[in-house]
Amino acid sequence: MFEIFTVDFMQNALIAGIIVSLISGIIGSLIVVNRMVFLAGGIAHTSYGGIGFAIFFGLPIFLGASLFAVAASALMAFLTIKYKERVDTFIGLIWATGMAIGVILIDLTPGYNVDLMSYLFGSILAVETADIYTMLGVLSIILIFVIFGYRNILAVSYDSEYAHIRGINVGLFYTLILVISSIGIVMTMKVVGLILVISMLTIPVFIAEKISSSLIGMMIYSGLISAFFTIIGLMVSYNYNLTTGATIILVSVIGMILFLTIQKLFDLKNRIL
Amino acid sequence: MGKKILEINNLTFNYDNVNVLENINLSLNEKDFLAIIGPNGGGKSTLLKLILGILQTKNGKITINGQNPTQQLSRIGYVPQNTNINTSFPIKVIEVVLMGHISDKKPFFGYSKAEKACALGALSQVGMEDFANAKIGTLSGGQRQRVMIARALCNHPALLLLDEPTASIDVDGQKQIYELLKELNKHMTIIVVSHDISVTLNYANKVAYINKFLTLHNNISRFSTTPQNGHFCEVELMQMFRNKNV
Repeated sequence: MFEIFTVDFMQNALIAGIIVSLISGIIGSLIVVNRMVFLAGGIAHTSYGGIGFAIFFGLPIFLGASLFAVAASALMAFLTIKYKERVDTFIGLIWATGMAIGVILIDLTPGYNVDLMSYLFGSILAVETADIYTMLGVLSIILIFVIFGYRNILAVSYDSEYAHIRGINVGLFYTLILVISSIGIVMTMKVVGLILVISMLTIPVFIAEKISSSLIGMMIYSGLISAFFTIIGLMVSYNYNLTTGATIILVSVIGMILFLTIQKLFDLKNRIL
Repeated sequence: MGKKILEINNLTFNYDNVNVLENINLSLNEKDFLAIIGPNGGGKSTLLKLILGILQTKNGKITINGQNPTQQLSRIGYVPQNTNINTSFPIKVIEVVLMGHISDKKPFFGYSKAEKACALGALSQVGMEDFANAKIGTLSGGQRQRVMIARALCNHPALLLLDEPTASIDVDGQKQIYELLKELNKHMTIIVVSHDISVTLNYANKVAYINKFLTLHNNISRFSTTPQNGHFCEVELMQMFRNKNV
């Protein structure tokens, strides 16, 4: 059953999948507790502009997408803080603009026959060793941010007004949370693509929320649950020759439904007995 | 009378050129218990935000212990309205209380032993020490309100501000909260914004009615001696205030 991981590219996929699961567990938790899911979707789609940018100018795709994602998240953070009540309109706008720029830039690239699908639905099977080092670097940055900023992140996420009174620079931390998340989102996109990134960021977190009583616990559980779904998804997609990103998401959804059903049954049992 | 702790002089505040507060004067001594009442939109929350330094004064002056509010943040405890929001947030009671520590003396990461001990002390002051490791969402409204009070007590404030502390709590819970405030009042000045007149009158020694202007009543015990059926209607009380000298 596990012999598929003796194949070279499957080994890379497995390692990348686990690293990205840990990344998405951490930033997914931050995104969900700060109610930034729509923002995260906006960042993911805007970074398509960065993919077009990278292809047009012959830069590494990761770099282009990350630059666009960081710029978009900084802009969104600024707008969210400044014009709170209009934020959904702005996100929609940035979202669409980013994608349009990406499509046009790829049109303008001579002779480039781009495989759009691999960006929309991920290309975990094409992960190279260099990509794995990039992912490890991003994971380290995120870990450093979360470990050293934990109490401020917690205060700003739970009760930003109170954090302000306690002298914490709320705007700065809000922006940092978003910018760091945006780099994580780009990494997650490599595995499941920009269309499905939202579900990878939310489904494991949704399950973890029910079993954890602290933010750090939620991050750890989400990472582990996400890794579990990714490994199962990889194996299923390999055996049945299915698109990996989509398979991972469907495995996650089935896992979530199973979890919720079992939880309901336990509740029922506890009420009857 | 004790030492003066809060002093507000000729304060006028406006949003978009509409005056919300006009010519407010107020002075509180140590261990005063002030209840602020008044209609919605009358400026109660704005005044609290000005005292907390969330909003900046443009005309007039607020001093706490003789200083600007932002310099005295560590001496102010604040219990916000709506402690029922965000109840699905994965956070332990103790972590909520630890948030109360002022941020400039924090360790490199995590929380120091002294901070944890202090937070547990604050929890036991409000009778919630057994819930330190419970998830905040599993508590009742009254219990959660106590935790928020503990958070405000974390930095040993001289002035405690509470915005509608009993708005979403059952009657027993309300009485417990006010008994707790009475205990705390022995050590600190308290300001409560509340619609809950019958309770407020039994504990406050000053009442301020705010509707753009502020009317202060010292020594309100003469009101509380004759409550009808043990309860005061807020409307009646506001009328009494208005008839007197507005």
